[in-house]
Amino acid sequence: MLAGEAGGAQAMAMRIVTGLAESMDARELLSIEGAHIDSCLYHGQSSIDFAQRLADGGAAVAVPTTLNVSSLDLLHPDLFHGPVDEAALSRRLMSLYESMGCTPTWTCAPYQLEERPSFGQHIAWAESNAIVFANSVLGARTHRYGDFIDICAALTGRAPAAGLHLDEHRRGEVLFRLRGVSDALLDHDVLAPILGYLIGHEAGARVPVIEGLPPDTPEHRLKALGSAAASSGAVGLFHAVGVTPEAPDLETAFDGQPTATTIDVGLAELRIARDRLTTATVDQQPLGAVSLGTPHYSVTEFGRLVELLDGRRISPAVKCFVNTGRDIWNEIGLRGWAAALEASGVQVVTDTCTYITPVMGEFSGYALTDSAKWAHYAPGNLGIDVAFGSVDDCVESAVSGQLVRHGRLWDDP
Amino acid sequence: MTITVVVAGAANGPVVVLDEPLSFWGGFSAISGAVTDEHHAQAGTRLAGAIVVMESGRGSSSASSVLAESVRLGTAPAAILLRRNDDILVTGALAARELYGTTVPIVVLGESTYAEAIRSTSATLTDAGLLSFA
Repeated sequence: MLAGEAGGAQAMAMRIVTGLAESMDARELLSIEGAHIDSCLYHGQSSIDFAQRLADGGAAVAVPTTLNVSSLDLLHPDLFHGPVDEAALSRRLMSLYESMGCTPTWTCAPYQLEERPSFGQHIAWAESNAIVFANSVLGARTHRYGDFIDICAALTGRAPAAGLHLDEHRRGEVLFRLRGVSDALLDHDVLAPILGYLIGHEAGARVPVIEGLPPDTPEHRLKALGSAAASSGAVGLFHAVGVTPEAPDLETAFDGQPTATTIDVGLAELRIARDRLTTATVDQQPLGAVSLGTPHYSVTEFGRLVELLDGRRISPAVKCFVNTGRDIWNEIGLRGWAAALEASGVQVVTDTCTYITPVMGEFSGYALTDSAKWAHYAPGNLGIDVAFGSVDDCVESAVSGQLVRHGRLWDDP
Repeated sequence: MTITVVVAGAANGPVVVLDEPLSFWGGFSAISGAVTDEHHAQAGTRLAGAIVVMESGRGSSSASSVLAESVRLGTAPAAILLRRNDDILVTGALAARELYGTTVPIVVLGESTYAEAIRSTSATLTDAGLLSFA
């Protein structure tokens, strides 16, 4: 393939795959069964240059391949307030990846699509939250792939036999023990993103093991936890003892090795992590917007939102957005929830996300979110102040037009 | 001196030590060449043309794209020296070399070399992989 007999694109893709493999000290390549591409999000001319070079070289994916978010909401194009020429370049980039045979899923949560990787399957996924979910929750195997290598792996069907593909890099390296956290907080959605944010900071690029999460912790909380840890750190895999598939018990999570580092996490540490997620001075600024759905909301999360809203209208002073994938959008339409949300004044955004592209428009004051990932990136990306709150806080605040916090959850037991 | 050159190339410039990891996407602007992450203690620090020393990368998969775009725009760091290799940055550097014939060299430093790096004010890396600090 390197010699180029399979076309210029194949040769270029293989050069990059082997280049990365060498840098990782991989002895060989392995076959992958699927890929998820983040390179379809426009970051400038180099995004186009790379895709165009591949397309001109006859690129066609060798394995089933899904596409991450782009900067455009193709289903709600009027939402885009950015420069027209940038929109055109974004659209061109999207078309280039479609021309290579990728499925236009436009979601950062490919694990919420009907077909998802199975336990032990080797895949090449980019998009940090998708990587950590695939590894941790599904038990599939992907290294932390970035842009460019994602499509190169998809085109060649190969990836370095290294990193998180291998058993020896999947064992736990640092233990986080939940201590003195109330049952009410353990059973609340707000814990997961905050705990994940704390873990990412402390773990860096190590594999964290979490002890103390309820065994029935649902997927949307594991998603929030992982996406937060992959924002504050370089976490590509975590184990939650008694919850995730590679950690039936502590010993298995560490593969029988002694636990090198143990970090106890209590209410005090969680409060610090929570407060780090707020950059706004909430008592001096108005609430201008609420953004939910980073990563893309699931059917479960939409169900919870509809229930919390209970038919009430969003305050005219607040813009309220929810990001999701077009497949989920279709599903909630069938359930009648899309109409209910629209009647409440909630704007659903598909194919993209409110923190990577100008879709929120003008608002005065700060934005409130239930996502640690969004709270982490939005200030730098959009130049706005943010506050973090639980989804209950977000809904009550959006309805009342000012910040409402459910404080007692955080009281000392 | 224990170093591993992960992406080869020559570089010379002032050393900028980042006290905590940086995600190049959402944390660095390829337009300005500076740190934009509001949660980062060194927000506003210019990295263009600098030998950037940091323990590891963090966060987004899109960091490869931002690094490649900064190479295209001439706002990239002169080199990146890490304590722990970051495959996402390596990918961006490989893609930039493929597209533009030039790139950001990436070097992983052993513990004592890393300690030397964070005390230095400038550094030189040769094509042959020789690294020196001043």
